[in-house]
Amino acid sequence: MLVLNDVTAGYGDFTALFNASIDVNAGEAVAVIGPNGAGKSTLMRAISGMIPLKGGSIAMEGQAISEIAPHKIVELGIAHVPENRRLFPRMSVEENLRVGCYAKPFRAAFEQRLEFVYELFPRMKERRNQLAGTMSGGEQQMCAIGRALMSDPKILLMDEPSAGLAPVIVQQVFELIRKIRADGLTVLIVEQNVQQVLKVVDRAYLLEAGTIRHSGSSEELLGSEDIRKAYIGV
Amino acid sequence: MTEFMDNLFSVFFVETLLNGLLYGGVLALLSLGLNLIFGVIDVVWICYAELVMLGMYTIYFAHVVYGLPLIPAAFVGVLVVAVLGYVLHRVVIAHVLGKAPINQLLATGGVLFFLQSIATLFFGVEFLSLGVSLGSFQITEDIYLSKSQFVAFVVAAAAVAGMYLFLSRSYMGAAIRAISQDRDIMILMGVDANRLYGLTSAIGGGLAGLAACLLALQFDVHPFVGISFGPIVFMVCVMGGLGNLVGGFIAAFVFAELIAIGGYFADLEWGTVLAFCVFVITMFIRPEGLFARKS
Repeated sequence: MLVLNDVTAGYGDFTALFNASIDVNAGEAVAVIGPNGAGKSTLMRAISGMIPLKGGSIAMEGQAISEIAPHKIVELGIAHVPENRRLFPRMSVEENLRVGCYAKPFRAAFEQRLEFVYELFPRMKERRNQLAGTMSGGEQQMCAIGRALMSDPKILLMDEPSAGLAPVIVQQVFELIRKIRADGLTVLIVEQNVQQVLKVVDRAYLLEAGTIRHSGSSEELLGSEDIRKAYIGV
Repeated sequence: MTEFMDNLFSVFFVETLLNGLLYGGVLALLSLGLNLIFGVIDVVWICYAELVMLGMYTIYFAHVVYGLPLIPAAFVGVLVVAVLGYVLHRVVIAHVLGKAPINQLLATGGVLFFLQSIATLFFGVEFLSLGVSLGSFQITEDIYLSKSQFVAFVVAAAAVAGMYLFLSRSYMGAAIRAISQDRDIMILMGVDANRLYGLTSAIGGGLAGLAACLLALQFDVHPFVGISFGPIVFMVCVMGGLGNLVGGFIAAFVFAELIAIGGYFADLEWGTVLAFCVFVITMFIRPEGLFARKS
């Protein structure tokens, strides 16, 4: 579904990601794990067009994303939940969701998608008129995921969904990811919380210093001595 | 002291307050346009009042020279300034986006002098009047209100209300508010920021054009007419917290009343002096503006 071939990307003169090749098949949940500053967010931003590619190519269902305008990438069915949620703090929950449905092809389905998101997150329905910036971190994460789901995406990119959340809430977030993928949505998730994320995904790539070092099934990576030592600490 | 109390409870004071309210409506409209542009594009149009000046010339030429009736002439005025706003964005602002604020100030400040000079060159320095007099209402025995001021207030209030609905109910309006809160992620929402900037510039220009029509009913137009309200509009926006639409709306009425009340107790010019003094003191106490958001 989503294929990254030899992707190099960065910011200005600084390159954060070198020759990364990743592929995600329809219906899969795939994680990219690795330490802080490994280039995980850069990878996500390159996919969704927030930064231009310096080399290589990215294709969504055969369509090269470099051939279309960056703001049209969401219309290919790629939705991105950015790091730190990035809600519009002075707009209500429902207004945030409306912005998620901004692109013309999505607008007709606004009411249906809203209902879908409210069913997935009843809490968001209760808080529909509350300003997003006044909610707790966990609620904001729900709203951010909901906003991405408004476009009825084929693949959901999640950048550090557990960052900055209390341990109990982190559990809930991963439970949620499990639920979303059970609905058949394809997921690509970037996480530092390696142990948790490997429990909800099928496969993972290990990214270190901008380079893919390793890849394999979740069981394989959980079983690997090196990874356990370096990232899980047991 | 008794004289002061007499003044305070006089019908003329009521009239003063009403006049302040009417003026506040036009100030609110002017500050809305400027605030909108600042909030979305993050650039202050120093030359905003000069766009209004060109709008006043447009309606003058359309009505007086080309003989168009007042309302169609007003539409022409709004349209022309909306196009000017768009052109200003494409030709000047688009090239200083993301540059140092001082460069942006110098660029739009340069446009201010450019527009004043162009207007002087083409239209001369004489004061031109629409020659329309709508007369006045008699409200009570002693209170008269100018009809042109009243019309200006009603139209400005309707425009502000319309903008409120646009910003709160439409997709485009939601995106305009969203982009002022988080610029970088708009791409993820499928928003073409450049298109939104151009559109907002046209809307801001259109609001300036509408204000121009309302001001042309009350004031003569000349190349430097912008100076008589431009600085006040900036003070209003800054006092309300730049980019804060609601704050600007409230500050417009606060300012208008200050000017009216100051003018009532002393000469008209003292009203403006009072308003500017309050502004300077406000800047000492709350440099972010009265209605600044906690960040």
